[in-house]
Amino acid sequence: MTHTLDHDDVRDGAPAGAGAREARDPERPGVRLRAERLSLAYGDRTVVHELDLEIQDGTVTAVIGPNGCGKSTLLRSFGRLMKPLSGRVLLDGEPVHTLPTRRVAERVGLLPQSPVAPEGLSVADLVARGRHPHQTWYRRWSSDDEEAVARALRSTGTYELAERTLDELSGGQRQRAWIAMALAQETEILLLDEPTNHLDLAHQVEVLDLVRELHRDTGRTVVLVLHDLSLAARYADHLVAMKEGRIVAQGPPVEVLTEELLAEAFGLRALVRYDEEIGAPLVVPLSRERALA
Amino acid sequence: MIEALSAPPAKRAKRQIASNRTRRLWGGLAALLALLALTLLLSLALGANPLTPTQVWHGLWTPTGEDGDIIVRRLRVPRTVLALVAGVALGVAGALMQGHTRNPIADPVVLGISAGAGMCVVGSIFVLGVTSLYGYIWFGFLGAAVASALVYLVGTLARGGATPVTLALAGAATHALFTALAAGMVIMDRAAMDTYRFWTVGAVNGRPLELTTQMVPFILVGLLLAAVNAPGLNALSLGEDVARTLGVNLGTTRAVGMVAITLLTGTAVAVCGPIGFVGLVATHIARHFTGPDYRWILAYAGLLGGALVLAADTLGRLVARPGELEVGIMLALIGGPVFIYLVRRRKPVRL
Repeated sequence: MTHTLDHDDVRDGAPAGAGAREARDPERPGVRLRAERLSLAYGDRTVVHELDLEIQDGTVTAVIGPNGCGKSTLLRSFGRLMKPLSGRVLLDGEPVHTLPTRRVAERVGLLPQSPVAPEGLSVADLVARGRHPHQTWYRRWSSDDEEAVARALRSTGTYELAERTLDELSGGQRQRAWIAMALAQETEILLLDEPTNHLDLAHQVEVLDLVRELHRDTGRTVVLVLHDLSLAARYADHLVAMKEGRIVAQGPPVEVLTEELLAEAFGLRALVRYDEEIGAPLVVPLSRERALA
Repeated sequence: MIEALSAPPAKRAKRQIASNRTRRLWGGLAALLALLALTLLLSLALGANPLTPTQVWHGLWTPTGEDGDIIVRRLRVPRTVLALVAGVALGVAGALMQGHTRNPIADPVVLGISAGAGMCVVGSIFVLGVTSLYGYIWFGFLGAAVASALVYLVGTLARGGATPVTLALAGAATHALFTALAAGMVIMDRAAMDTYRFWTVGAVNGRPLELTTQMVPFILVGLLLAAVNAPGLNALSLGEDVARTLGVNLGTTRAVGMVAITLLTGTAVAVCGPIGFVGLVATHIARHFTGPDYRWILAYAGLLGGALVLAADTLGRLVARPGELEVGIMLALIGGPVFIYLVRRRKPVRL
């Protein structure tokens, strides 16, 4: 049936990036992104302290932590949006801040928190703008671009919405359109900063399902910052828990997400139960009153 | 999701819609060219002494020294060409300014560029005793360049670099500074006062054709840079973070934009005086038809800017016959209601 055909189509749409594959980190094979004694600061306020982190190729990593723990800042520095105070971020072994913007843009896509589009922009136009790194002043729009946009629209289920403007969409649809924009960039690494922000639970699941699908179908390496702990545990292969600019625990969700960690990192009393049906730990926060009693 | 995966029919439909829209946009461009041609013809024909199209044609191509020929060649052609060139320049510059500042009321006046040009015109008369039109126009251009450089530098000083807000604030401050300096000099010097009063209205008449010819290379470079800037502006309109992750070099993109804005407005304002509202009105009309794609907005805004200045100048000759109203005044009369429209819209314009 056409479904299978189109699914293959999506599979073929795995980011090409042949050049990037050769340029892998010689010191750490299998690691795409790596922070080395990385410190990040806004002005004189240091938010990330001498942090070391490795992002394995082809995994979904979720960064969790309380507000202000530096998780979004860390993600921004991975996307070359922040200069390190000290230390460095290595992309395939090269310091990301010495690479030209465009070279990074060919390999890493980043969707910031709550992005804003100009009024009247259609979904198709938004997604087409994801092709910017592949265009030059003499080569504006090609059939490659056309196909990449169609693939991104289809794999995010926004094909039918292509001609609608973003203002007309629901929060979940809009977020899928933005993800499609990042996908059209066809980078092997995708950084998503709280992609479920301001979405209701059904739409959060919708967006995370999409992320999981993309990972399964194209083998993309995904790093996301998430607030919901149970969802993070369920959708990520690897959890990184941060507190006050440092990593307090990392590893498979089952190992990381414990009652002790939640108490330490979040100051939260909660029950953590492994759910067989879901295959991931579930977090049930306890109210202060219960906790005290 | 599943319906979305069975794509072929939908794909065709989408291509169809996309190509319909492109066709519509090209059609609009053709219509604008026709409008521009019409305003050009009217500008040549109408005035204190209305001429027939035949007389205009005769004056343009086979002049024999008749009254009509002299009116066409001495009066109408120079101001028409200047109105066209300045209008296109100001229209494109307006779109660039709105895009870079992401401010829907950005304009050479608001950003302080006109004030910079005005101050230098006055300064050249007051301090250096420049008397020729050619002389102080170069100073006007210099002033516009200094003002836009100042706006950009002050705007960039803020932590996090130039943002729409810091650029708008820097523009307001620059405007206040240069206006105050100009006012101070004008009060002390009668000659500067007379020139400034004339210059500050904004007009396209009384400028020799050679002056416009000298402008053209600057304008052409400005237009070229604007075209190069369009994809960067499209990416920037998604926010600076998204633009950077799409591989846009913010510094270069902003610098190219500022140079283009300076060339386009600096030249136009130096020759014509501070003609406000053109960029503002042209860009808003353009965006209404094109949507938020700067490749189209810039083209539409340029043609609309040209048509607008031509029409306003022609109208100014007709409303107060036998005298005339300067184009700057006419455009302010047209621009006012546009501001009111922007204020009264239900949703604020978001760029």
